[in-house]
Amino acid sequence: MKSFTYERADTPVEAAAAVARTPGAKFIAGGTNLLDLMKLQIETPTHLVDVNGLKLDTIEPTPDGGLRIGALVRNTDLAADERVRRDYGVLSRALLAGASGQLRNRATTAGNLLQRTRCPYFYDTAQPCNKRRPGSGCAALDGVSRQLGIVGVSDACIATNPSDMAVAMCVLDATVETVRPDGITRTIPIAEFHRLPGDTPHVETALKAGELITAVTLPPPLGGRHIYRKVRDRASYAFALVSVAAVIHEDGTGRVALGGVAHKPWRIETAEAELPRGSKPVTEQLLSGARPTRDNAFKIPLVERTLGAVISEARS
Amino acid sequence: MSDPSELNANRREVIAGGGAYSAAPTRVEAPVLTQVSFVVNGTSRTLELDTRTTLLDALREHLHLTGTKKGCDHGQCGACTIIVDGRRINSCLTLAVMHQGSAVTTIEGLGTPDNLHPMQAAFIRHDGYQCGYCTPGQICSGVAALAEIRAGIPSHVTADLTTPVELSEAEIRERMSGNICRCGAYSNIIEALTEVAESQG
Repeated sequence: MKSFTYERADTPVEAAAAVARTPGAKFIAGGTNLLDLMKLQIETPTHLVDVNGLKLDTIEPTPDGGLRIGALVRNTDLAADERVRRDYGVLSRALLAGASGQLRNRATTAGNLLQRTRCPYFYDTAQPCNKRRPGSGCAALDGVSRQLGIVGVSDACIATNPSDMAVAMCVLDATVETVRPDGITRTIPIAEFHRLPGDTPHVETALKAGELITAVTLPPPLGGRHIYRKVRDRASYAFALVSVAAVIHEDGTGRVALGGVAHKPWRIETAEAELPRGSKPVTEQLLSGARPTRDNAFKIPLVERTLGAVISEARS
Repeated sequence: MSDPSELNANRREVIAGGGAYSAAPTRVEAPVLTQVSFVVNGTSRTLELDTRTTLLDALREHLHLTGTKKGCDHGQCGACTIIVDGRRINSCLTLAVMHQGSAVTTIEGLGTPDNLHPMQAAFIRHDGYQCGYCTPGQICSGVAALAEIRAGIPSHVTADLTTPVELSEAEIRERMSGNICRCGAYSNIIEALTEVAESQG
């Protein structure tokens, strides 16, 4: 690990300002992904701003009947919150499908949104990777790509976003609240928060330098059946090959987003109109223009079958 | 702290820096030292640490509490599991300096050879290990996992999110998935946890 200086921030604006004024600085909250990457020198911050003391760790009701989740709410606490379990079950389920008990106890809401891909070529510093070293090439394109993306991919990167939580937040139309070093706040719809790789796969989110996530807000409850179905190589503690987050109403209408297939949670609202007609037409729209590799073409039928299982479960 | 001249701050840094210089011609970053205080197994400890020191390395290398084990050092195996402020965490994936004021419990703080924690006794009774390397992490994780069930925290296998969590083998297996045992003592570990859970009522 490279040497770094360290400070604890007292307020969100101070934290944002500290990162903005120090070249090579990063925020650290749970640290479960950042420290892993620092040990491999994939991340080499020169300065860490510890945001754990910012008191952004509560879940509060919003005036319109939604919930405002503090950036530092731990994944365990968000999944266990009674309001989330009752009204946003897909979010609880997604969180509980991710990582291990130990990691969920440390991992934060904002940190989960900012976790990096688990593409094996991003992790292998002996290999080219446009995300890790822009312009160096993508070893995954001709490499082992079973876990990697099938839609929204580019010639520069076929990595997937590893978050389960973000897929559920996408289907719930969450918004990300941030503060900048000058104190200006803004909200970013979750669908616009993560970017497609294009030719700049190292730019993963809409955040600007020093911009700090302060909360994620959920709109009022949608009702309906909340389902998160994750398909993976082992039954627990593994990243998704494919996952489906869905909210489906009694009349068969609803919403659906996919994990494990793209550089961001994958949701196409026009495809949702097909939900009452079953998984095949929805999948055709969701994955139109898919560019799978030889290794991961199986994800196309896997999405259709997983979505089919979700629709069946919703009807049961 | 990137100025190499700062390497003469003390003898240890000169030696460490000199060794690194002879090994590699590239510029060597001087370590940044920070003081941190936390309570370990009921005793207040203050350490002067390189900011890079993980909580795991602080416990093992600085406090010589070697019961907590380093397995993968990347949060994948669970051997380093300890309980911090009542919660189990991977001590390899957190910096010691981030734990100012925390209360840390390691395997050494759960019980002693003369006064075993019930989970330690159950692991012995049910043969919940073979080589023993993962065992301190398994036991700390097991103690905290049962507390999570008692606190009503759901898991991936909890059937209904709106009713209280019920103890079952499936619940224990799912909650212990972050602790790997290369010897494959899983079925005995489940028996040990089940016995302790049932004795707690």
